[in-house]
Amino acid sequence: MSEPQRDTALQSQRQEYWSKNLRIIFGCLVVWAFVSLGLGILLAEPLNALSLGGYPLGFWFAQQGSIYTFLVLIFFYAWRMNKLDKEFEVDEE
Amino acid sequence: MSLQAMSFLVVGLTFALYIGIAIWARTASTSEFYVAGKGINPVANGMATAADWMSAASFISMAGLIAFLGYSGAAYLMGWTGGYVLMALLLAPYLRKFGKFTVPEFIGDRFYSKTARVIAVISLLVISITYVIGQMRGVGIAFSNLLNVPITIGLVSGMVVVFIYAVFGGMKGITYTQIAQYCVMIFAYTVPAVFIALQLTGNPIPQLALGSTAVGTDTFLLEALDNTLVDLGFAAYTSLSGMSQLNMFLLTLSLMIGTAGLPHVIVRFFTVPKIRDARKSAGWSLVFIAILYTTAPAVGAMAMWNFVNTVQPGEVGAETGNIQVDELPEWTERWQQTGLLVFEDKNNDGRIQYYNDQNEEFAAMAEEEWGWEGNEVTTLDRDIMVLANPGIAGLPNWVIALVAAGGIAAALSTAAGLLLAISSAISHDLLKGVWMPNISERGEMRAARISMAGAILLAGYLGLNPPGFAAEVVALAFGLAAASLFPVLMMGIFMKSMNKQGAIAGMLAGLISTLLYIFVFKGWFFIPGTNMLPDSADYWLFGINTGSFGAVGAGINFLVAYLVSRVTAGTPEHIKAMVEEVRVPRAA
Repeated sequence: MSEPQRDTALQSQRQEYWSKNLRIIFGCLVVWAFVSLGLGILLAEPLNALSLGGYPLGFWFAQQGSIYTFLVLIFFYAWRMNKLDKEFEVDEE
Repeated sequence: MSLQAMSFLVVGLTFALYIGIAIWARTASTSEFYVAGKGINPVANGMATAADWMSAASFISMAGLIAFLGYSGAAYLMGWTGGYVLMALLLAPYLRKFGKFTVPEFIGDRFYSKTARVIAVISLLVISITYVIGQMRGVGIAFSNLLNVPITIGLVSGMVVVFIYAVFGGMKGITYTQIAQYCVMIFAYTVPAVFIALQLTGNPIPQLALGSTAVGTDTFLLEALDNTLVDLGFAAYTSLSGMSQLNMFLLTLSLMIGTAGLPHVIVRFFTVPKIRDARKSAGWSLVFIAILYTTAPAVGAMAMWNFVNTVQPGEVGAETGNIQVDELPEWTERWQQTGLLVFEDKNNDGRIQYYNDQNEEFAAMAEEEWGWEGNEVTTLDRDIMVLANPGIAGLPNWVIALVAAGGIAAALSTAAGLLLAISSAISHDLLKGVWMPNISERGEMRAARISMAGAILLAGYLGLNPPGFAAEVVALAFGLAAASLFPVLMMGIFMKSMNKQGAIAGMLAGLISTLLYIFVFKGWFFIPGTNMLPDSADYWLFGINTGSFGAVGAGINFLVAYLVSRVTAGTPEHIKAMVEEVRVPRAA
């Protein structure tokens, strides 16, 4: 491959890597907002009709569940991105 | 051993530990001073970040805040943890890849503008200085309330310890002391919580205990608490109260965005060796934070339960339902001496009534039927909810001493992180970046240490002579972080077309609109009486209170930046190339 060709190939590879990253971020942020602002606040009142042990469900999402969800999201993102880095061979040695 | 002696012993031991670490972790280079040589293990950094993040407010005040707000207190729980998702996904890995020392440095380089860098420094200084006042105050209060030492002496000894490890150890010294402080803090927080959970529900895990039945009954703890509070004229614990749903939504969002934009937290992710460490480290930070943040709702609810049942052991309205003044338990005496808890037998019946006398209908009924003449717990400081916990649970003196050491550790660890952010903004961004670009590394090191010492003196002075607005600063710090720094950091990474003009206009618009909104309702520079509109829901724009405005300010920042960048010259090619580089982990 000549220099300019390799440059364009690298360019489009980088672009694909970035758009995949953006899709993963978007997915994670949808879950992030839905669980905390959605289930924990906007839908809390109807959810409180259900319960988890002695917790009304909306209350549980607001004071416990959303925090656990945040944790899972961050570790999921780290794991998924490390995999993506390897796929596109941009991982650190 | 007396409580006093025990407390001094425990606090003294922790101080000796911090100083020992300081001697071991001296620094030699600016890289070590600013970012600990980028050599911190991601799990260790997570623990240090947790201590850096969890302030005196998290440790001492948050559970009490939740106890009084009930369900609505979740705005703080979700806001102060949800920001880590934003930081981990949108900022930390890219800023680490950029590989410099400070947050304003990224803004200055990315937007090829010293003006942008200086505006970022100003935001950073306002945020960090207002925040650090509360921490110094927290150190003094922990000393005075738990050790009976005057605030001045407590504060000065705290300053001396921070001075030793922050001035000599820089980020490296601060990181390792923060790890030690995290351990002290989390142990001090969870031990009383576990004992109280056991006493009330028989389940030692606070997170599960809050969803369990009260010992000896079939009623769930939260249900029983709801019923008792409603019987006393309050809102049910598990229902929205104290703020509208819109304000709870915006407050949560403002705290989330503000958390992600706090410079002293972001800079912690500059200290790990690799990009993948930065991603993982954010997760570990939240693990260590979540241990405290998921325990706090249990501590808050159980403290409220204990308090209400102490005052109202029998049926509400029954003649003998309330506790007699001379039968108040011993722990209440100690807190009455501090003035954080005040009883006043208004109707002279020799008993104490705690109920919601702001609820007019209920108050009228209580007076008519039972002869209650007003709420007789006239002061119930929210900080007691955590500080008095070991006493309420009847735990031994060493646990009370531990809580004192924990509160001090929480305040000192956050103060140190803030002080480092302040001093590096001065020595690295202003001095080296703008005024004296040719300064040598040794000269910069000396400047960094001198500005650190200056920042400690300033923080100590402000802690002793707090400006009248001390209580308002949290809203200010988070509102400004959300409205000024987070949006431009994010656009710097995710929008290649964002240019210098857009970033400067955006930061200024976010900063100024948020400050104005706060000042209009709280008074210019918080000077009492200078507010232009009364601080109540009738006057707020769309009913949004000042603490919830940060999310709106962030929106203004994004919008203005976008519009201005569309009508001004494009980003130079070398900046676009820089953004491309920041987006991939492997070094080019």
